[in-house]
Amino acid sequence: MTTTFTLNGAGVTAEVDPDMPLLWVVRDHLGLTGTKFGCGIAACGACTMHVDGVATRTCVLPVSAVEGARVTTIEGVSNGENLSPVQQAWLDHQVPQCGYCQSGMIMAAEALLAENPKPTDDDIDAAITNICRCGTYDRVRAAIHSVAKQKGEAL
Amino acid sequence: MTKQDKPKGGSKVAKWTRRSFLATAGLLGGGLALGLTLSPNRLKMVGAAQASEGALNTWVRITPDNRVTVVFPHSEMGQGAGTGLAQMLAEELEADWDLVEIEQAPVTEDYTNSDLGRGYIVGEGANIPAFMYPMLDFAFLQIAGGVVGQMTGGSTAIRLTGHHGMRRAGAAAREMLVQAAAEEWGVDADSIVARKSMVLHEGSGRSATFGELATKAAEYTPNLKPRLKDSAEYTIVGHSKPRLDLPQKVNGTAQFGMDVRVPGMVFAAIALPPIRDAQATSVDDSAVSGRAGVGRVVNLGDVVAVTAESYWAAKRALDDLQIDWHGGRTNLTSALVRQTHENDLATKEREVMDDAGDVDAAFASGTVVEAEMAVPYLAHATMEPMNCTISVTDDGAEVWVGHQNMMFARNAVAETLGLAPEAVTMHPQYLGGGFGRRGDFDWVTLAARIGGELRQPVKVVWSREMDMTNGLYRPAILARMVGSVEDGRITGLRSHYIDASSGMPDSERPFAFQYDVPTRDIARVKCPSPIPVGTWRAVDFTQMGFFHETLMDEMAQAAGADELAFRLAHTSDPRIRTVLERLGAEADWGKDLPDGTAQGLAMVKSFEAIVAQVVQARIGSDGGVRVEEVTSVVDCGRLINPNAGHAQVTGSVIFGLTSALYGEITLDGGAIQQVNFPDYEMMRLAEAPAQKVVFIESDEAPGGLGEPAVPPVTPALTNAIFRATGTRIRELPIGKHGFHGV
Ligand code: FES
Ligand code: FES
Repeated sequence: MTTTFTLNGAGVTAEVDPDMPLLWVVRDHLGLTGTKFGCGIAACGACTMHVDGVATRTCVLPVSAVEGARVTTIEGVSNGENLSPVQQAWLDHQVPQCGYCQSGMIMAAEALLAENPKPTDDDIDAAITNICRCGTYDRVRAAIHSVAKQKGEAL
Repeated sequence: MTKQDKPKGGSKVAKWTRRSFLATAGLLGGGLALGLTLSPNRLKMVGAAQASEGALNTWVRITPDNRVTVVFPHSEMGQGAGTGLAQMLAEELEADWDLVEIEQAPVTEDYTNSDLGRGYIVGEGANIPAFMYPMLDFAFLQIAGGVVGQMTGGSTAIRLTGHHGMRRAGAAAREMLVQAAAEEWGVDADSIVARKSMVLHEGSGRSATFGELATKAAEYTPNLKPRLKDSAEYTIVGHSKPRLDLPQKVNGTAQFGMDVRVPGMVFAAIALPPIRDAQATSVDDSAVSGRAGVGRVVNLGDVVAVTAESYWAAKRALDDLQIDWHGGRTNLTSALVRQTHENDLATKEREVMDDAGDVDAAFASGTVVEAEMAVPYLAHATMEPMNCTISVTDDGAEVWVGHQNMMFARNAVAETLGLAPEAVTMHPQYLGGGFGRRGDFDWVTLAARIGGELRQPVKVVWSREMDMTNGLYRPAILARMVGSVEDGRITGLRSHYIDASSGMPDSERPFAFQYDVPTRDIARVKCPSPIPVGTWRAVDFTQMGFFHETLMDEMAQAAGADELAFRLAHTSDPRIRTVLERLGAEADWGKDLPDGTAQGLAMVKSFEAIVAQVVQARIGSDGGVRVEEVTSVVDCGRLINPNAGHAQVTGSVIFGLTSALYGEITLDGGAIQQVNFPDYEMMRLAEAPAQKVVFIESDEAPGGLGEPAVPPVTPALTNAIFRATGTRIRELPIGKHGFHGV
C-alpha cells in the first residue's frame, strides 16, 4: 500500500502499512526525528504535527488518513536558517529545559497563533494541552503572548 | 552555536582517543588545548603539549580562528549544564562570550578512576547531587556529568568541575596567552591585559587575538594555581547567558537517544512481566512469523523482544505474540506494603538517627499533636521513554544512549556482555528528562542482553506502558510524627519513619528536623521495598519535607500561632531566617483572601539550598483545588546563571505540585496499576499557577538548584488546603482526602 502526501512542502510517497501511525512513518521511514514519541495514545502531545494546518497528535493517526494532505513537522516550521517567530520567541524566553516535549509544544503554539493571532490566557489554556514534564508552562505562555504582541505591533 | 560533529552513525560526539585527538589538534594547524590528565595517582591540569603521559581530557580548546570551545564531560538533561560550566571557564579566560562554543566530551577510559574521584570529592567536602548517589564510586568528572550545580540540582559540577577545574583551566589558559604575548612583544607580562578574547599591551597599543597566540601559548606548562578573579569583576558568571543547547531544541535537530539511527539498525519493542518477577515460559510467534518487516523474537525469560523495521511494526508484532507468563509475586498489593510498614514501625527495632533530651517528659506536659502520615510510590515519567541503541559484535559494543552516568553505563554494559570496559564505546545523546531515572542501569543492561543475543544494531524502545510499570520508583513511606508545644514553643518532637533505601546517603540528613527543637527522638525502621525504588528528584527530602512541614503547621495551630511567625520563632540559622522573612514580604503573607482561598507555607533546606514557598490555592465546594500562585524564595549561594536557575525552580514547582495533586503508583495482584498518562496524570499548562521566584543575593558557595524547590511545594499546598477548609492532608496525593486538581 502506498500513501501520498506533502511533507514540509515536498511530495512523499510512503510504502507502508496504511494503519501505521503518521508519527512512525515520518520518524522511522522518512527519517525526520524532530517529532517525538511520548505516550502513543494521544495523551501528551509530543507527536504533534500540522495536518492541513491543524495541530494533530500523530501517534494514533493512521497514515492512510493523510492521503493527499499537507503535513508539516517541526523541521518544516523555519524558513531555511530563519526561525519562525514562535521559535524565536522560544529562544528569547529560554523555554526548553530537556527539550523533548518542545517540538510538540511549538507545533501546538504555531497552530494556535495561526488561527488566533491574539489568544487570551483562556485560549492558551484550551489550546496547549501538551505535557511538559520539566514544567516549562509559564515560559510557554509568555512566549506565545510575546509572539502575539509582536504581530500586533507589526500590523 | 553548539558544535555538532556528525560522524557516521549519527552520534553528536566524535569518537576520540587521546591519540586521535592530539593528531586532530595537529591537523587543525595549532591552537591551545588545556585540560586534565589522570596520571597514575594524581590529577593534573596540563596543556596538549605536555600531555604525553596519560590522556588529556580537554576542557578548553582555542583554535587559530579565535574560537573557544569548552568541552564538558557530562550529560545534558535540561539544566543547561554545559552553558554553566562554559560561563565559569570563559569568565576566567576573559573570553568573548560570543566566541564560545560548547561540546560534549567523549566517554573515555581516562575519567574512570574511582579512587581519585572519591578522594577528590571527599577532599573537597562537596555536596553530591541526589541523582548521583548510586554513582559515588565514579570519577568526579562523571559525577559532574549528570547534573550540574546551580542550574541542575547538585552543586558538584559547579563546585568541582566548575569551581576547581573549569575556572582554573580558564585562568591558566589566560596566563599562558598573556605569557605568549609578553615574549613575542618583549614586554613584561604584568603590563598586558586580556579582554574579550584579545590580549592588549597598553603601553605600545599592541594587541593580538587569543587565536593568534594560542599555538605559542600551548608550549608553556599551565600554572596550577593561577590568579582567579574576584567575583566583583564577573561579567559572565552571574549573568543570564542564553543556553547554548537551546537553538537545537527549538528546530527539531537536537538528537535524543530516541532519535539515533545507526546503519543496519532494527527497532525492538519489549514486553516485561505484567506481574512482578513472572517469567515468560513460552512464546508463540505464529501470528507474526513471516510478516513483512518483522525480524526476530527473543525470549530472555524476564523480557520478550521483537525486532522490526520500524518501532510501530515491532510493537504491533509484540502485541500479536502469545506470551505465557508464569509465576510472579501475585500477592503484592499496595495494601500489603502499607500493612508491612504499619507492623514494622510498631514492632521492629528502630535505629536512632538523631536524639536529644527526654521526649516523653516533654510530651507529658505539653499539648501533644500526633499524626500518621504516608506518601505513595511515584514514577519519574520522563517525557522520553527509556531507550537504548546498541551494536554488539565479537570485538566489543557501541552504545548510543542519553544517560546520567555514561561511564557507569559503559561498565554495566561491559559486565553484562563479558567484555572489557575499553571494548565498549559510548555515544552520549541528549536526555529527554532524567530526574534520577536515567541514572540507573536496568534499562541499559536490558538492551545489552537483547543486543548481545541479536548481534545486530538494535534500538530497544520502551513503550510508555513499559516505562511507567517498570520504574525505579520514589518509595511509598509511612511515618508517625508527634510534637508537643507549650507556651508557644515546641518542647518535643518524635519522628519514627520507614526507610525504604532509595539510595540516599545518611550524610545528607533528610531526616533532620530543620527547626530549633531541644528534645528530639528521630528514628527509622529499614523496610526494603518489594518493588525497585530509586532516586526521584530530591529523593528522601520529598517525603521528609512533607512530614516535617505538615507537623510544623499542626504544632503552630496547637500553639495558636501564625505559621510564619511560629517558624521564625524556631529558627536561629540566619540564612533560613532571611529566606522566611523575605518570603513573608514577597508573598504578602497573611493578606486578605476570599472564602475558600488560602495561603500555605513551607520551607525545606536540601542540597545546600534553602527554599521557602507560599502556595495560594482556591478550593471549591466539590473539593476542586486550583493552585493560583506560588512564591518561591531561594538561597542557593552564588548563582551562575539566574535565568537557568529560575527555570529550575519553576519547573520543580510543577514537578512537586504534580505529585501532590495526582502522583500515585499502586500495586494490585503484583502488577503496577498505572500504565500511561491518563492513569498517572501530569499537571498541564491550564492548571499551572502564576509563579514568582526570588533569589537571595549571596556570595556563599553554590548549592544545588535542580531539586531543592521540589520538597517544600507539596506541604505548602496541603497547608493551604488546611487553612482554606480545615482538612489536614496527611496522606498523598490529595485525592486520598477527597480533593482533586482543577
Ligand atoms: S505520543 Fe502522541 S500524544 Fe503522546
Ligand atoms: S522541556 Fe522537558 S519535557 Fe518539556
